[in-house]
Amino acid sequence: MSYFSDIYHGIQTLLTGMGVTGKYFLNSRKGAITQQYPDNRDTLKMFERFRGEVVMPHDENNEHSCTGCQKCEIACPNGSIEIIWDRQVDPETGKKKKMIDKHIYHFGMCTQCGLCVDACPSDAIKWAPNFENAVYDRSQLTRVLNKPGSKVRAGVE
Amino acid sequence: MYSSLIITNNIHSWVLSLMPAAVTGITEMMMIAMIYLTVFAVLGLFLVLMERKVAAWFQLRIGPNRVGFFGMFQTIADALKLLSKELTGTDKADKFLYNLAPYFLIISSLMALAVFPFSENLQAFDINIGIFFLIAISSIGVIGVLLGGWSSNNKFALIGAMRSGVQTISYELSVGLSLLTMILLTGSLQLSEIIEVQKSGWLIVQGHIPAVIAFMIYMISGTAETNRAPFDMVEAESELGAGFHTEYSGMKFAYFFLAEFINMFIIAAIGTTVFFGGWLSPFGITESIPWLGVFWFLLKAFALVFLMMWFRWTFPRLRVDQLLTLEWKYLLPINLFNIVLMAIIVWLNFTIQF
Ligand code: SF4
Ligand code: SF4
Repeated sequence: MSYFSDIYHGIQTLLTGMGVTGKYFLNSRKGAITQQYPDNRDTLKMFERFRGEVVMPHDENNEHSCTGCQKCEIACPNGSIEIIWDRQVDPETGKKKKMIDKHIYHFGMCTQCGLCVDACPSDAIKWAPNFENAVYDRSQLTRVLNKPGSKVRAGVE
Repeated sequence: MYSSLIITNNIHSWVLSLMPAAVTGITEMMMIAMIYLTVFAVLGLFLVLMERKVAAWFQLRIGPNRVGFFGMFQTIADALKLLSKELTGTDKADKFLYNLAPYFLIISSLMALAVFPFSENLQAFDINIGIFFLIAISSIGVIGVLLGGWSSNNKFALIGAMRSGVQTISYELSVGLSLLTMILLTGSLQLSEIIEVQKSGWLIVQGHIPAVIAFMIYMISGTAETNRAPFDMVEAESELGAGFHTEYSGMKFAYFFLAEFINMFIIAAIGTTVFFGGWLSPFGITESIPWLGVFWFLLKAFALVFLMMWFRWTFPRLRVDQLLTLEWKYLLPINLFNIVLMAIIVWLNFTIQF
């Protein structure tokens, strides 16, 4: 008897599938996801989850939240991140503390896998939606993410 | 035998005034052949464009929109590009069969196109075994596929061709039997007569339940015969490269490609003629304007083509064993049962007629 119910379910599921795609077809006018890129260069806004390059956001006091824990450096599968750090005396507590000197990001090697962003315990780095990343010289792809003179935000351990 | 529109009569008398009567027949045949070739090329190009647009809309894309207004000339540009490309081939390919294969496909689909009544008078060849001829011709195409795959000396092409053999031979049965079901209603194989019968209601209405079942089986097996997704194991891109035409390039590839789309149109056109009244307008609303028949015929045929495209962009590809299970365990028994049902309905006069 399952023979007939198989036929019934077969037809039913096929029609369900066609219903779904049919809805897409009818809405394609409004919802086309194609970006006609060079034409809409001025208005194109990249999508939330787009992975352009890794950046380190700084606030208005030129402070970031990178503690220099090096988790991103370890997480990176191809060694695109290099952290140059150093122990310094924290002026408030008077204790010695690990601090970054330079957070070097080799954009030319990065595969945009996102493991560093996931690994960072203090959300110091995130994705920026830049997409026109071509440059004329390879050395321009090596970037120092922390701005000169910046320091770690108070309270971030 | 030839179309008898007024314009063709004029041409006929014009040709007669130019040359002796013995030669006119041949000249007119040539002219009709040229016209059909042109229609064939334009139709193929249009279908490719339609497929690309429809595919884009199903996938929420925009589709070709650069060449010409709304991308209208995209496929013409593609065809010109293919024309100008070098014809390459593999070493150790069987050159004769390799070059022969595309013509098998394209000629068989062209021959099938000749028998359709596009409107009351617009039919090149009203053969009295119409449907039988169509079924026979459509199975010649598979020889082209088999030859192409066999002779290109490429294992992917060979696998593709063999799959095509399996598929076409088994689904041929379903196409034939589902059309046979409808022949029980019409009592004739001649396409013009089949349409004549439908003046008292399209066959899908006349035959109601068994006709609808036959139509569903016809659409499924028709899609399988044209080797389109979800039955596109012949050219399963992710498994076989391009399947049987992997080794073809340039215009020979274009022949395969066009023939595939023309075959799709042919399946839709058979469906239109047998199930949806061919060039008859719904409820006879434009009966007084005979040339509108072309419009109705094309409208119905393209609706069925769209249905096949809808299948393609919805369903995932079947495995070979699933394909054969579907045919031999489901479609074939249902089909045989359906023929009996239809016979009973015709016998007891349960058809719906206006
Ligand atoms: S995105 Fe991946 S490759 Fe790039 S820096 Fe982060 S971990 Fe390395
Ligand atoms: S960016 Fe994040 S993971 Fe990398 S060193 Fe700084 S705090 Fe640690």
